[in-house]
Amino acid sequence: MGHTLFEKIWETHAAAQTAGGSTLIAIDRVFLHERTGAAALKRMAEMGRAVLDPARVFAVMDHIVDTRPGRGDSTLMQGGEGFITETRAACKAAGITLFDVNDRDQGIVHVISPEQGIVLPGVTLVAPDSHTCTQGAFGALAWGIGSSEAEHAMVTGTLRLEKPKTMRVTFDGKLQSGVTAKDMILTLIAAHGAGGGAGHVVEFAGEAVRAMDMEARMTLCNMATEFSAMTGLIAPDAKTYEYLAGRTYAPPHFDDPYWSTLKSDEDAAFDQEIVIDAGAIAPMVSWGTSPEHTIPVDGTVPNGPARAHEYTGLVAGVALAGTPIDVAFIGSCTNSRISDLRRAARLLNGRTIAPSIKKAMVVPGSLSVKRQAEAEGLDKVFIAAGFEWRMSGCSLCFFAGGEGFPEGSRTISSTNRNFEGRQGPGIKTHIASPETVAASALAGAIADPRDYMRQEEAAA
Amino acid sequence: MSAFPQPLTGIAAPLDSGALRDNVDTDAIIPSREMRSTGRTGLADGLFAPWRYSDADARAENPDFVLNQPKFRGASILLSGANFGCGSSREHAVWALAEYGIKVVIAESFAPIFYGNCIRNFILPITLDRSALEGLSGHEITVDLAAQSLTCGDATYPFDIDAEAKQMLAEGLDAIDLTLTQAQAITNWTASDKAARPWVYLEHST
Ligand code: SF4
Repeated sequence: MGHTLFEKIWETHAAAQTAGGSTLIAIDRVFLHERTGAAALKRMAEMGRAVLDPARVFAVMDHIVDTRPGRGDSTLMQGGEGFITETRAACKAAGITLFDVNDRDQGIVHVISPEQGIVLPGVTLVAPDSHTCTQGAFGALAWGIGSSEAEHAMVTGTLRLEKPKTMRVTFDGKLQSGVTAKDMILTLIAAHGAGGGAGHVVEFAGEAVRAMDMEARMTLCNMATEFSAMTGLIAPDAKTYEYLAGRTYAPPHFDDPYWSTLKSDEDAAFDQEIVIDAGAIAPMVSWGTSPEHTIPVDGTVPNGPARAHEYTGLVAGVALAGTPIDVAFIGSCTNSRISDLRRAARLLNGRTIAPSIKKAMVVPGSLSVKRQAEAEGLDKVFIAAGFEWRMSGCSLCFFAGGEGFPEGSRTISSTNRNFEGRQGPGIKTHIASPETVAASALAGAIADPRDYMRQEEAAA
Repeated sequence: MSAFPQPLTGIAAPLDSGALRDNVDTDAIIPSREMRSTGRTGLADGLFAPWRYSDADARAENPDFVLNQPKFRGASILLSGANFGCGSSREHAVWALAEYGIKVVIAESFAPIFYGNCIRNFILPITLDRSALEGLSGHEITVDLAAQSLTCGDATYPFDIDAEAKQMLAEGLDAIDLTLTQAQAITNWTASDKAARPWVYLEHST
């Protein structure tokens, strides 16, 4: 019987068995950020433990850094500066490569790791951040861990693991126009639940996945954690190698025979299989307080948990489209790469957002994305439409206690979590693709991006 | 760190709003704004802040929240529904629970990162099916890690935990120390891997 891609990576990294029946899996890359990384480094120092191989550990300032132009170490979050200065000092002491606040290549951890060629096909990569699964798009086994596990990986070069189960999610057919990777992953979670992937490593496969570019693949893998999977991954192909070749930390070329083995064998068996018709997927928007509370943009709110209805103020049976919104946010490791910004800008070009919108902002995923967008004039499109144009970082993907949205706002957001309070106390978040955010900002209410695309087509 | 107390007896405090809550996320267990320093302590006050306080800044208690009710104040056993601990990887969620005094979380299922964080911090995560869970709500129960069972009145429920996690909880073992007993095996493996996958090993550039 053949092996799945996950099993091949697992076998390659099985350094030893433990007496208790776990496997010591070798960890090739560790990535820290200032929100949880300082805690790990600080504790290691207290315990007198050192990083085994600092050249394979990286850190970035992204979670609580200010995203207003002219930023320094100070942030609006109370005590935030301490996280930044302590992380910087701890990285220096440990000899770890740090992408600092205003370094040329700063950005959200899961955006810059691929940009720098730090994640590679077939490697294991961990970070104390749940969206590390984003990087599985490159055929890596990349997953989020806690601070204690980050210490364990840095000190021992391994993690103690029980072998997870495997699942394949196949997206057959072709996506309709106006439908994106974000809508695919939301469709999966809506259909199979926020706990649907628990205990599994999920391989995404099928015609629609093969057709996607690397950025869309990252969006797809990004929300494997919202599916409760250990991680998601996609077999590398020519697009993967082309994307990575020549990046700072990547090998100069990918001609080692190892690379061609990185795919699930034809006869490999998965513990679970899910097949989804990509052609039937519509733009998706969440209505409640879990990513599983998501429906097609032209659908009606279903009967969900009482508390979710209470929190979002949406009753069962009403149409989701047309719900007035106060805030539009484009950013986060889910949807802040150049292709995301291009697609949103195309919709916004020559238009302005509804006057009822209290705040609209675009936060590029990295300073490199920001430079590219500016070179293409996208910043001007966003600003003319009524959006703020920011420096890169996690920004209001989550609320850390500093900058916030106006009290009680309803937001349409290209992020990945619509939990109660995620974007601030009482903030009601609707997650969607960047084009749905752009369309909704124009309409001042949740809107179907395909309506604007049709207008464009009619005008052309 | 202390090992898991055994056996442990306490009142099971249900996180519910009508029914046991599903998808209790780490933003609810400890919101980001409550993570005020880079340390692992000073977090108990922020535990469940969005639900526990009617005004989190003033620390004004919401009398309806389970842990504010006299019967459940200071509980050591928590009950919830499916996918407990989903969301952020922040270990602060587990540190906050531990600092508050929670020793056992019983739920229909757990988010994987949260589950691992529990073991590393000597909180016992127990998975039970929904009907059993509902029967425990508000009752005194005894958890016996060695026997892998919990009892509530006349009823006894066995639970699963992998052998290694069980040993680590029972003996209060530090995972890093334990792994370092196999440091030689790791070194040997790394030497052969360097030959097989040289491109993994980076030169230091800082
Ligand atoms: S952008 Fe949001 S989800 Fe992504 S790493 Fe930052 S805080 Fe986490």
